[in-house]
Parts: sequence; structure tokens; C-alpha cells
Amino acid sequence: MLSLGGGGAKSTKPSFVSYVTPEEIKSEKEPPKKEKHPDLLPGEVIFCSADPVLKHTQDDLSQRGIFGTLLCTNFRVSFVSDETPLEEMTQHFKNKLYGENDIPLMCVDNIYGVYDEKKKLITKGMLKNKCPSKMIIHCKDLRVFQFCLTYTKEEDAKKIFQGIAHHCLEPKSLKCVFAFSYAASSSPEVQRSQRTVMFDSKEDWTQEMKRTKANLRIVTENENFEFSMRLPKFFIIPAAVTDEDISKFPGKGLPVWCWSHHSGCAMFKASTLPVPQEDGLMQGYMERMLHAVAHTHLYSLKLEDLSETLPTIQDIQQSYNKFKQFFLIDNSTDFWVSDVKWFSTLENTGWLDIIRQCLQKAVEVVECLEKENTNVLIMEEEGSDLCCVISSLVQIMLDPHFRTLTGFQGLVQKEWVAGCHAFLDRCNHLYQKDKECHSPSPVFLLFLECVWQMVQQHSPAFQFSETYLTVLSDSIHVPIFSTFLFNSAYQRESTMKAEAQHLQRGPLNCPAVWDWSVQFDCKAQELFINPLYADKLKQDKAIRKVPRAKHQRQLSLPSSAFKTPPKKGFFKDETESLKKMLRVKRISRWMASPDSPAAATREFYETWQRRPLDYHGLLLPCLDGPAMRLWMQRYLRWIPEVQILGGGPVAITSMLAELLSQVQDLRRELDMRSCWETEAESLQLRPGPLALTRTSLRLSSSFPFASNRNWTFKPAIPTSLLQSLMVTDRLASQEDETNEVISLV
Amino acid sequence: MTITVGVAQFLYFLCLFSLVDKDVMYICPFNGALKGKVFITNFRLMEPDSTFTLDVPLSVISRIEKMGGASSRGENSYGLDITCKDMRNLRFALKQEGHSRRDIFGELFKYAFPLSHGLPLFAFLSQEKFEENGWNIYKPMDEFRRQGLPNERWRISFINSTYELCDTYPTILVVPFKATEEDLRRVATFRSRCRIPVLSWIHRENQAVIMRCSQPLVGMSGKRNKDDERYLDIIREANGTPKLTIYDARPNVNAVANKATGGGYEGEDAYQNAELVFLDIHNIHVMRESLKKLKDIVYPNVEESHWLSSLESTHWLEHIKLVLSGAIQVADKVSSGNSVVVHCSDGWDRTAQLTSLAMLMLDSYYRTLRGFQVLLEKEWISFGHKFASRIGHGDKNHADQDRSPIFLQFIDCVWQMTKQFPTAFEFNEHFLIVVLDHLYSCRFGTFLYNCESIRDSHNVRTKTVSLWSLINSSTTSYVNPFFTPESSRVLYPVASMRHLELWVNYYIRWNPRIRHQQSPVEQRYKELLALRDQYLKKLEELQLSDSTHMTNSSTPNAASPNQHITHLQTPF
Repeated sequence: MLSLGGGGAKSTKPSFVSYVTPEEIKSEKEPPKKEKHPDLLPGEVIFCSADPVLKHTQDDLSQRGIFGTLLCTNFRVSFVSDETPLEEMTQHFKNKLYGENDIPLMCVDNIYGVYDEKKKLITKGMLKNKCPSKMIIHCKDLRVFQFCLTYTKEEDAKKIFQGIAHHCLEPKSLKCVFAFSYAASSSPEVQRSQRTVMFDSKEDWTQEMKRTKANLRIVTENENFEFSMRLPKFFIIPAAVTDEDISKFPGKGLPVWCWSHHSGCAMFKASTLPVPQEDGLMQGYMERMLHAVAHTHLYSLKLEDLSETLPTIQDIQQSYNKFKQFFLIDNSTDFWVSDVKWFSTLENTGWLDIIRQCLQKAVEVVECLEKENTNVLIMEEEGSDLCCVISSLVQIMLDPHFRTLTGFQGLVQKEWVAGCHAFLDRCNHLYQKDKECHSPSPVFLLFLECVWQMVQQHSPAFQFSETYLTVLSDSIHVPIFSTFLFNSAYQRESTMKAEAQHLQRGPLNCPAVWDWSVQFDCKAQELFINPLYADKLKQDKAIRKVPRAKHQRQLSLPSSAFKTPPKKGFFKDETESLKKMLRVKRISRWMASPDSPAAATREFYETWQRRPLDYHGLLLPCLDGPAMRLWMQRYLRWIPEVQILGGGPVAITSMLAELLSQVQDLRRELDMRSCWETEAESLQLRPGPLALTRTSLRLSSSFPFASNRNWTFKPAIPTSLLQSLMVTDRLASQEDETNEVISLV
Repeated sequence: MTITVGVAQFLYFLCLFSLVDKDVMYICPFNGALKGKVFITNFRLMEPDSTFTLDVPLSVISRIEKMGGASSRGENSYGLDITCKDMRNLRFALKQEGHSRRDIFGELFKYAFPLSHGLPLFAFLSQEKFEENGWNIYKPMDEFRRQGLPNERWRISFINSTYELCDTYPTILVVPFKATEEDLRRVATFRSRCRIPVLSWIHRENQAVIMRCSQPLVGMSGKRNKDDERYLDIIREANGTPKLTIYDARPNVNAVANKATGGGYEGEDAYQNAELVFLDIHNIHVMRESLKKLKDIVYPNVEESHWLSSLESTHWLEHIKLVLSGAIQVADKVSSGNSVVVHCSDGWDRTAQLTSLAMLMLDSYYRTLRGFQVLLEKEWISFGHKFASRIGHGDKNHADQDRSPIFLQFIDCVWQMTKQFPTAFEFNEHFLIVVLDHLYSCRFGTFLYNCESIRDSHNVRTKTVSLWSLINSSTTSYVNPFFTPESSRVLYPVASMRHLELWVNYYIRWNPRIRHQQSPVEQRYKELLALRDQYLKKLEELQLSDSTHMTNSSTPNAASPNQHITHLQTPF
């Protein structure tokens, strides 16, 4: 690596000092290759490029860096190093679409310009200004890039700066998103992600109903979105809803089925009705809806308006904005300064608390379904933000199917993609400035965070790994996949159709994110599998030994485990009085919450916790302060100061994977000898992440990310320690030994 | 109830005798009041119950208080409140009739604090027998020989064989070859409590050393001592280090303040070939208060709403960070070939933390189960960490200003390292917890008394059993299955708050909401190991029967499983 300004040169001012001019460097090298660019994807076009640009390595303040070419295409910002890339061997985990020095345009979060050593946020209006000496790019996947433009010809520098800023910061229209050029130019090999249920056909929904033994009504009238553009093509509602009511308020207030519990009770979600004008009409409608839901099982219902008890999507956005700042770190000094008050800083962002609140709410819903066997209807203005978070979490806690990889992907399809979560607006893919009507907010990321907490606490219950979740969170900002690109099923279909017509060709083939082979090869995909996942097969065996409750599918707590008297659904005996109540208020909230909800669910959690843990049964998260953790892999992976070389969790998972492969080899050997009684199988073995075996020593804790960076072997020695401990009281100055006086010699 | 079981179980301790057997109510902070009986023996306090057994070694008790008086009316308001050293409190409600409280209080007070009542510590009464004698684990000469000492630059000195030079040091010391016994005596006059710089560890390749000592007696007048200055220069010369680095563990201001009581630090003028670095670690009083605050937020209930900021306000992890980063600096210096001297005020608290942690980072031997025992015996026990004063074994004076969780803090640092490097240590978390439990239990002689000279006078090695006897007689539960020995690797933990975490399984272990399960990874790994063995056995059997049937078969049993597999894959 070319290192400049390092060595004994102690630069008094932080500006870059070089002893080698760019011309010298060039002349040393072989004749410069022309048109250096990354391997372009189908449909990718280069807009502009500049060289030489110095990319700073984040290692330290020594201002070292690599020279190369900076490009901007319609897909990414790319830096191509002048040096030949490192050996491929370190690349366990290479993304086929973009490398470590590439930033998909959608992934750019903010751009800063350094003008006379002052860092300024670049906004649209500043494009015409003079070109900064340094450009800092913060990415949504939390990478930080620093490009020094002082070696570049002024004209080129200006061009690339304006080009990048323009393509990253200007609002654009949906049809300009790279996915369409990609889909138009890539070979139309229709490869549906193998086993993920997409929930875009009637069969998928009926199958899911069958799986959960639900007996409800499937609505097919929306196949062409004639009836609502905010609902999926197919959806399921309580059997008791009449045809007349379905079309009354197109989609609004309609309880859409999410999942059914084995007891027969079910969870529904709904958007709230517009502000009532003709009071009687709406009241009556809403009442009938509630009755229809209650009818599903034992005439019971609990209704929860999530917008009243959970943070708003604006709160979520604000909190995350604060939170992420602490991981976008420009240099070592900033890192150690922010280390001093780390815990309170983290707390003040409120992000972990929002995660806790969502998990808490999900546990409350689980309690209703599992313990009280009550139908649940969750509501929210659009019915497609926090409703998606809560309903998905509830299903993960209750149904082990959704803890498998394909099951989880199906869940995201069901609740989020088919469920019309407004990905396009929430992720702000188009850089719309009008925050009012688009309200960007990392709702889906919040859901992944909650899932990560569950994975962290009950790892063997999940077939997918932490790495899978991290990669999924990155993929939101890769503008190739149809999954995260639209606000609704309607928008997806209409846009695709329009684009195909425009190109005058057959249906466009936009891959779903679940086509993991688009991004990773098979070896890398092995890292998505959690080697700890305890297989169902083995569990069944264990269960046979210990007789358990009747529900084979569910294997959740038998309700006898809870001694509290069953609270009857309040509809049951008092329909009339309830109707009166409904006329007074819209509906009553959670019934039994004399204490804080936290206290109410605590007993539920503790009862569950006292029972032996069944990874294929009900799973509840611990919500105590110390249990809520920071998703270190996602947030700390690019920060050099926190890399533990040769340590971290990967050190043991790689050992586990190695042993697993050994056992598998033996097993295969025995199978070949064909005298192995199937009875003796105690573990069903699945392929583990073998690619990383025997290299654990060189791996750092950020594995598999940032794997081809050269982490320094020198220890990171904290600076700015003293500020932290302002222990100024009398204790600090006290002598260690109070009762003795040192004899003066 | 379980009294017979209880006795049978503890016949082990032949001298155990039952003192009290009374009906009480245990006020559990998690499950409410529980009725039961309390048994107090001279070793432990038990409350057996069909579902719940509370079992507390008496020596873990720090303070006993009566709560409520004759006029107390409320339910369960009359009884005893017991503060323990291991992060919990116990509350017993008693009947007001019949002086039962007076009896229990009296017996508890007497046997929880035997030294205050002229009674021996339990370790001297226990007659447990173990296969292995743990007192043999540490032999100073063997340990120095392992490090390649003595050599042409470092010699073994017996000057302290009768504790004449320094009564808080061990008998065997390693000092520069060039320094005479007379030099040592003169240096001793200039070091607090005569704790002169002596060698703790030497780097095999670069010969850089870690020296430990106490502060120089500079005083207000800024005294100098030519012998001390020359002595440090000899240390520097030993491996040709251009500059000797002196790590003063204290914050700068404290070091300055120490001049008022005759102490101080090595001035620049006097020690020209040395650089002085302050590591800003606070004193024992600050640490004691910090742990007290920590207990407040985790016991009995975990502070919920503002967990992180509460945790931060205890400063416990910040202190851990400072200790660790100090040790990292020491280790880094030494591994890059420079000798270092480490001291604080007296060189038995912060100094022990720093040298032992640095040695743990530098020398993989100390990361083994037995090596770690050697490290504790050497840097903590033999070099006079004042266990008796810091823990207050058998002493009723719970407010003693000398008490401080310095050793606990060290074990916490070790735990942080094991978290960051899960394959680098042979011992597991359970081992560390057992060590801490017996730090207070007084069942073993290992952590009793302040220094070797006092231990000798009480014949600790002959009259008590070592904790390592228990550990080494059956090691399986203390071993980390992921341990992968790597001899020459230096471990640098990351001393950032991003990685430091509260040791929940220790500090919050009494809370039933915290699930104490074996780590699933470990469990799964052990299952797989068992499965591998099962398969290997099966294969061997198959091969054996094959070879008896077929004449041309040639499958000798490979020794290692790895070879075995590769071999087996070929023939078919």
C-alpha cells in the first residue's frame, strides 16, 4: 500500500502533506491503463470519472491512502484502486454486485465536503459552489469513505463532485431507478427464489390458511386492484364480513388476517377509518367489523390502536438518525471521544428503547393469543408500518416455521411486501424532499433489529444467522431488487407493466432479494445458516420422551401452565352493553392493564421462563435492560478501533462449523457402509459455513465483513480517558491506606 | 425436610456442627415470603425448603442488622437483614416470641465473624480431602525456570528468605545480575514499604521485562536516591532498552498528592533514561463506591427504564476500561522490546492488576487452567495483595475503609478478555465464578491473609486446604471446550466501551429472570464432540469386523480423528 505523510513526518496541521506528487506516482507505474472502471453490471452506464483521487484509509490520522479512479455510474459510486487488488483469498464473502469500494447510489446517506478544513453537509443548493478538497460519504450501511480531490484536475474534480452529489442527492423519479435498466438488459432467466412463498397468488394464501388451520374468507376481487390499491391482490378476512361491507370504505378499517393460533383465535390488522363524518355509518361499520373478528373464535376480541401506544414513524426516524451518527465515525479521535459517554449516548438516542417497546407490544399480543386465546386486532393509520412490525414479531414468537430461513422470507413477503409496507417512501429511495407526504422512516430496519434481539437471545431457535440479517438490512439499499422498491403491490405491478411497455418487451424480470445468488455465491450463502440451529427432527425425538401438549404443530405452552382465571372475551356475555360502550368510545383498549403493560406481561414471561426452553415452541424475548443489546455486527463492522483480531464470536462459530463438517464426513462414511440403523440418528446435520474453517486466527470480529481490510496488529489504546472519570470527590484524593502513615526515610 | 441430606452432604467438613435450627420466613425479593427452617452451621447458613434452598457460606456475610423492634406491627417487619459480599442481601422475618431472633443473631454474629470473636477461620477446621494437593501448583523456582531465569542478566536473590528486606514480598526474588544485595538494601530505603523493583516476567525473545514495585519516597522536598536511580538504569540496560518506561498506575494528581505523605513519583531530572506514564486508575475507595453503586442498580431489581445511563453512572465499566487499557499499554511496550516498571502507591493493588493482566496478554501459559492458578499465586498472593484487608475475612468491621473489590475487578477484566477471545483461555466462566465464591468462603486457605510472612506464621499451607485442590481434582466443569492453545500469540483486547459489558452472570446471578443456561454454542459443541466419538467408535467396529471377514482389508486404526477421516474417505 502506498503510504504518504506517515513515517516520521509529524504534520502539525491535519491537512494532507505529501512527499510524492501524483505525477511522480504515475511515472513510476506502467503506462496508466485506460478507462479504468469496475466490471459493469448489465444496464450500467458510467456518468463521469476522475483520477487520481486519493481514498483515505480509515486506520488513523496519518492521512494515508490509496490512489485510484473515482467513478459515478447509474448504479454506484465506485473507486478503482491503481494498485492490483489483494489476493482473493481473503474474500470469503464477496458481493457479486458491488465491492467494498463501491457504494450503490441508493446507499449514500449523506455527503460532506471539506472546505478549508471545515466539514460541511452538502445539500442540493451547494452544488454550484466550489469543489471541496475532500469529499466524505456516509453510507446507509454505515461505511464511511473519504476521497481527497486535491490531486485531481480542478475541472475533473468539480465534475465528479457535482456528478456524485447530483445523482445521490437530487430527487428522482421511480423509473430512473437502476433496477429497471438492470432488468431490461439482464437475461430474462426467470428464476423464482426457490422455496420462498411470495404470497402473490391465491394458492399461497390458501396454503397458509391450511397450514395454520384457519377457516376464513379469502377475497379475490382485488386481483386487478379494482377495489383497493393499498391492499394485496388476495387477502383474507373474517368469514362474517359481508360483501356489502367489503366495498364500503375501500380497504379502510377492514380487518385483514395475519395468522391463526392453533386454538382457533387469530390476529388481524387494519388501517383506521378516516375522520368520521357521517357518524352513524362509520360506527356501524366498525362495529360490524369488530363483531366479525370476534366471531372468529369464542366471540372474543382485543383491539389495539398501535398509533396510541407505540412511537410514531417520525419518532422512529428521528431516533435512528441520532443513533446512526455514532457509528459513522471519521477518525480515531472522534471514536475515543465518543467512547467516553458511550452508554448514555446510546440511551439518549432512544433507539434501543423503541426496539424494546415493539418487542414488549408483541409479547402482549402473544399473551392474548397464547394465554387467553383471544382474537386480536391491531390498528394503525395506514395499517402497514407498526402493524407489520408487531404482527411479524408475534408470528416469529409463536410459530417456529417463521424462524426458518424460507419461513422468515415468506413472512416478510406476507406481512411487508404483500402487506403493502411503503418501502419506497420509508426508505426514501427517491430522495424526496417533501417529508410531509413521504415520511421516511426505517420501520423495516426496526423490525430486523427486533428479530436480531430474538436471535441473540435464543440463537438455536433460528435457522438463519446474524450475518443473514445484516446482509438483508444492506440489501434494502441495493437498487436491483423489486422487493424493497415499491409502496404497494399495486405500484409494483403497474410500474413493471409500464416499464415493460416502454421497452416494448415481455414482462420485466426484477429479481427478488431472496434470489441470494444474485449477490452471493453458494459458499458465501452458507454463512446465512446458523450452525446452532437445533433441528426439528431432533426436537421431536426429545419431545417424545417428555409427553407434552396436544398441538404437534405448535408445541407451545399448554394453557394449564397459566393459573390465572381465563379472562372471558368481553363480547361473550355482554354483547349489548358492549355495543353501548362502543357507541360511547370507539372501542375499549387492552382490558387488563391495571399496572404498566410491562408489569402485566412480566408474569407471563416469568411463567414461560420457568418452563424448560423449547426452541420449537413459544419463544419470548427478555426485555430487561442488560438483555437489550447493540447489534454489533451491523453497526461496528467498519470501525477499525473495535476489531478484535482473532477473537469475537466468529472464533467459536468457525470451530463449531469445522467440527460439524467432520461429523458430517463421518456420517457419510457410515451411511456408505449402509449398516447404520436410522434409529440411531440423533442429529440431523445440515451444511455449516465451511468456507471459513481453519482460518479463524486471522479473522477479525467483524467477520465476514470488511474481511479484506488490513486491520492493524497494534492494539488500540484509548485516548481521552481522563475526561471520562471526573471523580473529584474526596475519595479520589484519599490515600489507599488510611490508617497508616508512610514512614519517611 | 432435608436436614439429613444436608448433614450427610456436609460430613465432608468433619468439624461442621449445627448451631441453630429454627422456623423463619425468608423474604425473597423475587418470589415473596417463603416459609422454612434455617440451619446455621459454623460454615454456612441454610434455609432448606422443598422447592427452594438458600445456602450461604457464613463468611460471605458482611453485615448483620436487626430490623424492626418489639413494637413492629407490619407483616414480616421483624427479623434480620443480612448484607453479603457477593452482591446480595438476605432478609429473614422471625416470630417475635421466644427470643428466637436474639439467638440467631448471636450465633450468626459469632460465626460469621470468627476473627472478631477469637475463633479460627473455617479453613482451619475443615478437613476436606482431595486427590491433588493444590499447594503444589506454584513453586517460584519452577515458574522462573519456565521463563528462562536465571540467566546472565537476571539472578535469583534469597535476600528476603526471612522477610528481612520486605515483609510483604515473597522469599524468592529476581533482580538484575549487576545489582548486589547491598544495592537492594539501599534501594529498599527509598521505596514505600521496602517494595523494591523486582522482576515479574521476562519476554523470551526480546528479553524485555515487567518489573513491579511501590512508589519512590520522594516526599515534599523532592528527595533523590542515587542507588534507586542507578538500579533502574541497570534494569534498562539489561536488554539495551534506550528508555525505560515507568507506568505509574495512579492519576497524575494523586501521585503528586502522595508527596505530602512522603511518597511521589520518579522525577524527570532524577531518572533521565526513563519516561513516566500515568495510567489514571483510581484508588481502592473509588472502586469500592463504584461497586456499591453497581449493586444498587442490579439488586434486587435490575434498573429498567434507564439501564444504560444508570450503568454508566456507576463508572464500574469505565474503571475496567482504564485497568485494561493500562495493561494493554504495558503489554504493547514489552512486546515491542522495551522494559517497563509498574507501580502505584504500595504496589499491591493496581500494580498487581496491571502486571497480571499484561502477563495474561503476553504469555499463553497463564491462559491455561493451571497457568492461571500460577499467575494468581504469584502476582497476587505471593506479592502481597492484602486479601485479608480488602475482603475482611471473618471480621465484623463491615465499614472498614481498607475493604475494596480490587481482585473482583481484576477477575472482571479477565472475564472481559475471555469474552473477546473465546478460544484463547482454557478455563471458563464457571471457573472464574468459583474463584470469586471462594474468595469469600474461607473454606480454603488460598486467599487468606495479607502476605506470605503472615501466612507462614499461621501455617496456612499445612493447616488448610488450597482452592486448587478442589479445582484440579476434577477439572471438567472448569474447562472451556473451545480452547485452542496458541503459544506465541499476544492478545490485545479492545478496551472500548463498545465491547465492555456488564458481567451479568456474576453480578445479576441471583435474579431468576436472568436465564442461567449453559451457552447454547458450548452445548451444541459438546453434543457434536460426543457424536463424533460415537461415529468414530462405530466406524472402528465396522473396520474391525471388516478386517476379520476380508483378507485384503487394511484399515488400521488411525490415532487422531482427523487422520482417520481423511483415510476413510479414500477407499470408497
